[in-house]
Amino acid sequence: MNKRWLELSVGFMVVTGVGALVALALQVSGGHMSRNAEYYPISALFENAAGLGSKAKVTMAGVTVGEVVAVGIDPRSLMAQVQMKIRGDVDFLSIDSSASILTAGLLGEKYVGLTVGAEEDVLVAGDVIEDTQSALVLEELIGQFLLNFGDSK
Amino acid sequence: MINFISLVGATVLNRLAQIGQALVMLLQSMLVMPTASSLYRLVQQLYVVGVQSLIIMLVSALFIGMVLGLQGYTLLSAYGSEQAVGQMVALTLVRELSPVVAALLFAGRAGSALTAEIGLMKATEQLASLEMFGIDPLHRIVAPRFWAGIISLPLLVAIFSLVGVYGGHLVAVDWLGVYSGSYWGNMQQAVDFNEDVLNGMIKALVFAFLISWIALYQGYSCMPTSQGISAATTRTVVYSSLAILGFDFILTALMFGGAS
Repeated sequence: MNKRWLELSVGFMVVTGVGALVALALQVSGGHMSRNAEYYPISALFENAAGLGSKAKVTMAGVTVGEVVAVGIDPRSLMAQVQMKIRGDVDFLSIDSSASILTAGLLGEKYVGLTVGAEEDVLVAGDVIEDTQSALVLEELIGQFLLNFGDSK
Repeated sequence: MINFISLVGATVLNRLAQIGQALVMLLQSMLVMPTASSLYRLVQQLYVVGVQSLIIMLVSALFIGMVLGLQGYTLLSAYGSEQAVGQMVALTLVRELSPVVAALLFAGRAGSALTAEIGLMKATEQLASLEMFGIDPLHRIVAPRFWAGIISLPLLVAIFSLVGVYGGHLVAVDWLGVYSGSYWGNMQQAVDFNEDVLNGMIKALVFAFLISWIALYQGYSCMPTSQGISAATTRTVVYSSLAILGFDFILTALMFGGAS
């Protein structure tokens, strides 16, 4: 076999392979790398956290600023305790911020939406958001509707 | 009854001895200081193992990407979300399909050839004559083939993913009329380089290791007869395929699965 052809084709394969990896990085993943960004933990107590799981988005004004780490029961208040991590550069959430559990679309996934309040002081690591609005539970809503419907007759 | 028990025991012991032999062979051939001429033999094997597998990879990647585009489109358009087809094609390919399918093809295309080649070298006593000259066949024959497998499969998998994504583009965008911007846009939003692309490459590396190891061991330890070579080649393909699929589950569970 021709030595030059051998070297040429092996070089071609290596260059194409590395080039494909670069193209995968740029074109397919759009240069998105999961940076190990700094996060700080906060939590919130909800009456009802139905449908919320770990890795759900935490958004503010529609922009993702963090994610849910764990959902558990707070043994003292017997409410759902949602632990979240917020990106370190989002350090302007005022201490009276409120959190609500929202749904993306009609059947979409649940996520946490934060609304910033007016206080000067900001939330720091470990703080608890107390002003919360629970998840919408369809069955409860229907039950309420039926009750009202019965009353009005 | 006693015969049966001793048969089971002998089989287990034989298997254990084989695993031990394979490990010794692996270590002896891997731990070689590269010299100029051994590097040249590596390039030769890269040609045989890698470049000659390129065509089958390109063609199957194109068709798999096209099928994914078509299936994804029909499935997703039922929910009115055919824009997500790019995301589906890319994630399926990068995470799962390209490492596994490329590795299965590689086992059939390159692994079986390695086993047959080394098996025939053994049957025609080429390996024994190398040893007569004082040349270690593990260094001379096995090591370059092993490293060639490990280097070429990840490269082939990267090419496979990229070609597959363009195959999906061909069907979904150029044929079925999904908007090109949402094809790429959704994909770029969903695919993460570290989490998806690099994990796929790690899978490829593990599969390359398994295939090369199995193929070379089967060739090196085969019965030096024509039936022996044919049985060893079959075993290479069967064991490699099983190892690929089994390890794929383990790796997927480690990388993407479970509550983290």
